Amino acid sequence: MSDIADRVKKIVVEHLGVEEDKVTENASFIDDLGADSLDTVELVMAFEEEFGIEIPDDAAETIQTFGDAVKFIQEAA
Amino acid sequence: MFDLSGKCALVTGASGGIGGEIARALHAQGATVGLSGTREAPLRALAEALGERAHVLPCDLSDPAAVDALSKQAAEAMGGLDILVNNAGITRDTLFMRLKDEDWQAVIDVNLTAAMRLCRGAIRGMIKARWGRIVNITSVVGTTGNPGQANYCAAKAGLVGMSKSLAQEVAARGITVNCVAPGFIETAMTEKLTEEQKAGILGSVPMGAMGTPGDIAAAVVYLASAEAGYVTGATLHVNGGMAMV
Repeated sequence: MSDIADRVKKIVVEHLGVEEDKVTENASFIDDLGADSLDTVELVMAFEEEFGIEIPDDAAETIQTFGDAVKFIQEAA
Repeated sequence: MFDLSGKCALVTGASGGIGGEIARALHAQGATVGLSGTREAPLRALAEALGERAHVLPCDLSDPAAVDALSKQAAEAMGGLDILVNNAGITRDTLFMRLKDEDWQAVIDVNLTAAMRLCRGAIRGMIKARWGRIVNITSVVGTTGNPGQANYCAAKAGLVGMSKSLAQEVAARGITVNCVAPGFIETAMTEKLTEEQKAGILGSVPMGAMGTPGDIAAAVVYLASAEAGYVTGATLHVNGGMAMV
């Protein structure tokens, strides 16, 4: 697994308090990992900080799963 | 009780009677305070009187860019932003029939929109910290209405609705959002009233006296404290019984 994916997973595990093996490619933050809508905003904030990137609101809305997040950050970072 | 040591509080309208007293009271409980307002001289005088833990942060609340920048400036100056008190307010009183667009917009911009911008700027850090207190100063007339103040009453009622919505969004993050609604308080604004006007007003206040800025500041200190952690989305009316709502 890429370094970016590891770092994203660490943030998700810490923030949502879920088991690491639940954080799979297609795991939806809201449907599978128990996030509420404010959690997803907080995750985006955490990604922005960790990777020093800006994630605009319209892009943030497309980040629904762990895989979405990794893909977006790989392209942006 | 109500110890605010280590907390950083931004107070808008701190150059006015009520805002200045709110800043003094928060400071007396141990908070570091950021004093904001349009007039720099009274802010400087207040900061000097308070001594340490007081920062002057002038801001024109009718300037959206300046308001957006203020929460960040405050956090940088104080080392954090744990408590936000949106106290600043202006009036452009006139009968509704004569209400001009600019009288409406100016009051909405400063009394409501600036508060929204400051809440938005402050909430990010509070969410990360899992602790925050927002106290919006509304008014009894936001609930009761008042002839000649449609713009002011709309903005003050708007603050209550905004506060309740935000309160629900961030409650699970240790952040509370409440309002304090003053009634008739002795300030420069009420000093302009004639004795006759004052007597008329006091006739509607069961306590038979005007409130003081200290009465409002005490309510703010309570809502800003750790002890008020289970109180959110509330409006605390401080009006001598004038309107029991």
